[in-house]
Amino acid sequence: MSIIPAPIVRFYHKTASPPYFYNLSNKLMPWLSCIFLMLLGYGLYSGLYLAPTDYQQGDSYRIIYLHVPAAWMSLFIYVLMAVAGAISLIWRMKIADVVLISSAPIGASFTFIALVTGSLWGKPMWGAWWVWDARLTSELILLFLYLGVISLYGAIEDKRTASKAVAILALVGVVNIPIIHYSVQWWNTLHQGPTVSKMGKPSIHIDMLIPLLVMAVAFKFYYAIAMLQAAKVEILRREQNTQWVKKLLEQKQ
Amino acid sequence: MNSFAEFLAMGGYGFYVWTSYGIGFVVLLLNILIPIYQRKQLLRELALKQKRAK
Repeated sequence: MSIIPAPIVRFYHKTASPPYFYNLSNKLMPWLSCIFLMLLGYGLYSGLYLAPTDYQQGDSYRIIYLHVPAAWMSLFIYVLMAVAGAISLIWRMKIADVVLISSAPIGASFTFIALVTGSLWGKPMWGAWWVWDARLTSELILLFLYLGVISLYGAIEDKRTASKAVAILALVGVVNIPIIHYSVQWWNTLHQGPTVSKMGKPSIHIDMLIPLLVMAVAFKFYYAIAMLQAAKVEILRREQNTQWVKKLLEQKQ
Repeated sequence: MNSFAEFLAMGGYGFYVWTSYGIGFVVLLLNILIPIYQRKQLLRELALKQKRAK
């Protein structure tokens, strides 16, 4: 224990306690919502209105401000779930289970949005709603992984066993993440290559890049809000027979 | 872009752009509303159970 400073250990134990986590998310909610709405407002305004029209794709490219941040979130949330799964398996941290399972529907939603908006962008630009290429196929597999986590958790009655099972599934499925990321480089594909993360200068104009990054940050806040809302339900369900939940119910009456 | 109609038209790609944003909006909104509804439902159930137990 000497390697980790005491305040971090204390913070870890405090946050790991369900009532503390529940109250903390209540306190954070107005702040997160406020920052999210401001970022979203500016991101949409600058992306849909201020950013210049693309010289090749016209205004159809504006789908990028939803499509790309949603696709990033689909990867980000999955990695976060895998990390939560590892923490849950190694340290038996209850909150990690809660975070993992609460994140799954949000991750599935972002994956769905990335696929649908990609389809709606592909139709006018490629002439096809869907092609079986590496990027699209691996992203579709990601959607199935998310749905797998959700249904596996729902199928196992004992929630402790269910948590362990989904933690393992989340960890195994993480191999798909680098495949999605590098798919546009490893295989010949219709999907365009990386334009933002490219080494050196990103090949996207700064006026088009800023709204993209604003939307990406806005979605991080959105994720925090949606995950905490789902986590509160999960915590209440698991802790319904504990003293603190009983006290909470009495206060409400 | 000068007029609001032009903004909505999105250079002829209005259908694709607004359908994308519409679907995204609905899906993301549901992810907030469903857990809030579930929590209210669960709290009501638990409160009822507690009352009966007394």
